[in-house]
Amino acid sequence: MSTDTQTIAGWGRYPRRVTRLIPVREEAAVAPLHRAETGLIARGNGRAYGDAALGDTTTLALGGLDRMIAFDPETGHLAVEAGVLLADIIDAFLPRGFFPAVVPGTRYVTVGGAIAADVHGKNHHGAGGFGAHVENLTLALPDGAVRTCGPDANADLFAATLGGMGLTGTILRATLRLRRVETGWIRQRTVAAADLDAAMQALEAANGSTYAVAWIDCLARGAARGRALVYRGEHATRADVADLAPDAPLNPPAGGGALAVPLDLPAFTLNRLSVGAFNALYYGRGRAGGNRETLVGWAPYFFPLDGIRDWNRIYGARGFLQHQCVIPKARSRAALAEILDRVAHAAPSFLAVLKLLGPGGGVMSFPLEGYTLTLDFPASPANLALLDSLDTIVRAAGGRLYLAKDARQSRDTFEAGYGDAAARFRALRRDLGATDRIASGLSRRLAL
Amino acid sequence: MTETVPVPMRKLMLLVGATSDIGHATALAYAQGGWDVILAARDAAAASRNAADLTARTGRPVPVLTLDITETTAFTAFVDGLPRLPDTVVSVVGLLGTQARAQSDLDDAALVMRSNFEGPSLLLGLFAERFAARGSGTLVGVSSVAGERGRASNYVYGAAKAGFTAFLSGLRNRLAASGIHVLTVKPGFVRTRMTAGMPLPKLLTAEPAEVGAAIFRGAEVSRRDVIYVRPVWVLVMAIIRAIPERVFKRLKL
Repeated sequence: MSTDTQTIAGWGRYPRRVTRLIPVREEAAVAPLHRAETGLIARGNGRAYGDAALGDTTTLALGGLDRMIAFDPETGHLAVEAGVLLADIIDAFLPRGFFPAVVPGTRYVTVGGAIAADVHGKNHHGAGGFGAHVENLTLALPDGAVRTCGPDANADLFAATLGGMGLTGTILRATLRLRRVETGWIRQRTVAAADLDAAMQALEAANGSTYAVAWIDCLARGAARGRALVYRGEHATRADVADLAPDAPLNPPAGGGALAVPLDLPAFTLNRLSVGAFNALYYGRGRAGGNRETLVGWAPYFFPLDGIRDWNRIYGARGFLQHQCVIPKARSRAALAEILDRVAHAAPSFLAVLKLLGPGGGVMSFPLEGYTLTLDFPASPANLALLDSLDTIVRAAGGRLYLAKDARQSRDTFEAGYGDAAARFRALRRDLGATDRIASGLSRRLAL
Repeated sequence: MTETVPVPMRKLMLLVGATSDIGHATALAYAQGGWDVILAARDAAAASRNAADLTARTGRPVPVLTLDITETTAFTAFVDGLPRLPDTVVSVVGLLGTQARAQSDLDDAALVMRSNFEGPSLLLGLFAERFAARGSGTLVGVSSVAGERGRASNYVYGAAKAGFTAFLSGLRNRLAASGIHVLTVKPGFVRTRMTAGMPLPKLLTAEPAEVGAAIFRGAEVSRRDVIYVRPVWVLVMAIIRAIPERVFKRLKL
C-alpha cells in the first residue's frame, strides 16, 4: 500500500495540514488500518470546506470505494460503497426515474461524506437531512470491528454517525432510499422580496413547496436590507414539461463543467464594486421575471456552482471562509438583521443564501428549526475577525455553525451551539474508544 | 424516464482484465452505451464487485468468467464456452512488475512478458480467427507508450508492450480488407480516484473514465486505429522517438 505525507486542505483551501494520505482501494482494507493507526480520519471527495477531512496524523482517501452494490427498482433502495459520488447516482438513475432524496449545493460529494455531515438541501423543511433517507450503513469502528447500523439496529451508533463528521468510525457502505421523479426538470417560481421581512415571509409561505431557498443581496442597506429572490421548486411531471416546454427532452443534460476557473484569480477580483454590480443586476433580472413558472434543469437548479469547475479558486491562493449559521426561529429576525448589517458594512460576500430549516436528524446534525444563512469571504485576518464578531451574534441568539463549512470557530462558540449534543457525542466517542484513534483537524480544534 | 425496454439481441462486449480501473471504466462506457458486457478476470471474486456495480447502474446482468492470461492452453475452451461470440473484445490485461526485479529474476521477467505480450496477443489472435470466419468484429488492445522506446526504468514491460503493439498492427493490416476492426490504445499516465492529489503531470494524465470513453468512441464510433487518449502524447512520443540513440542512452527518463 503506497502512502505519502503531504499537505492537504478542504474545499475552502484554508487551513492546510500535513498528513499521511493513504488511498483505500477496497472496503476490506479499512478495518486493519483502524487497528494499526491512530489519529486518522476518512476523506471522501474533499468538499468539506474547513478541517473536517484533514486527519490529525493520517487521512484515508476513500474515493476508490466508488462501486455501486445493488439497486432495487421496486423500492428505490440503492446500496453503494461510501466513495460513490451523488453525481454518479444522478447520472445512472435519473434516466431510470430516480433522484437522491436530498442533495446539497454540489453533486461532487461522496455518499460517506454526505452522511458524515448529514448534509441538507433546499427541501430540508419537508424531507429532513440526507440521513433521514439512509436505510442502513456499515461502519469500521476504531478497534477494527465492522458494524451495520440504521434507525432500527444499533440506533445510537447510527444517530451519532449522522452528522458525526466521520468521528465514530469510517463509513464503508450505505443503503439509500432514492425518490421517484418523472423528469429531470424543476418547475421553479421566483418571488422577489424587497427586504428581510418580506424574504422571511416568502420562505414561510413556501413551506408547502418541496424546495425553497432565498438568495440575499447582502450589500443592500437601509430599507432594502435583506432584499432577496426566493426560489420555490417542484419536480416537474411529464405533464408539466409537455405544458411548459413541449419540445424539451425529459432528462436535460447536465452541461456542467464547461467553464473552469483556470488559475487563482487576483484577490482584488471580488470586491464591493464587482459584487455590488452583480447583485444589482441579478436582483433586477429576478424581479423582472418574477412570479412566473419556469422549467429549470436539475443541474443549474440544484448545483449552479458545479457548472464552474474549481470555483473555489476565484478567491485566490489564500483560500476562503464560509460561514453558515442557523438561528432558532423565534430569534432569527433580529439576529439576521444584525448579521446583514455587519456584513454590509464590513466585507462583501459573493454568496449569501437564506433557508428555513426543519428539525435536525442525528446527534450532531447541524439543522434546527430556524433560519440558516450562508456567507463566504476570502480568508484574511480582517475577515477572520469579522467572522468572530458574527459568531457573537449567533451565540447570543442561541444559534450554531455548520461543521462541514467551519474552519475556525472557537471552542466556546461550538459549546454554546452544540452543548448537550456535544457532551453526548463525546461520551459515545469515549465508549467506542474513538477519542484519540479517530481524529481530524476539526476534532482537535473543538476537543471532540 | 422508464426502465429501458430490453432489445432482443444487444451487442456484446467481452472485457478481459476486468479488475483494472481502466477496464471497469471501459465496461461502464459500453454498458451505458446500451451494450451487454461479460467480464473475464483471473480473480473472478474481485471482478464480481465491478459486475455488481455495472448491474446496479444499468439494471442488466453482467456475467463474470475466470480467465488467467498466462494459461494459454485454456484459451480455446474459454472462447468455445462463451454464451455467444462477442461483437467486441477489449483486452486491458497488463502487469507492470518491478524493473529491478525483472532484470535479475528470469521467472519474473518471463511473467511480465507473458502477461503483457504472449497472453493478450494469443487471445486476441484467436478471436481474430473467429471474427474473420464470421466476417465482423472489433478487437481492442490496451498497450502502452512504454512500448515505443526501451528505457532503463521499465524496458522489460516496455519490450512486452512493444511486441503487443506490433502484433495488433499486423493483425490490423491483415484484417483491414475483411471488415475486422483493430484498435490499439496507449493511455499514457492515468489517474485513479484513489490517487487524487498525487503529483502526476496534469496535462499528461487522464482519468480512467476518460480512457473508457475514448476506447468506446475509438472502437465503436470513430473507428480509429491507434489512440493515445490525451493527444499531447502524440507530440511527447514523437520527440522521445526522435532522440538519437547515442544521446538517448545517456538520458534518465
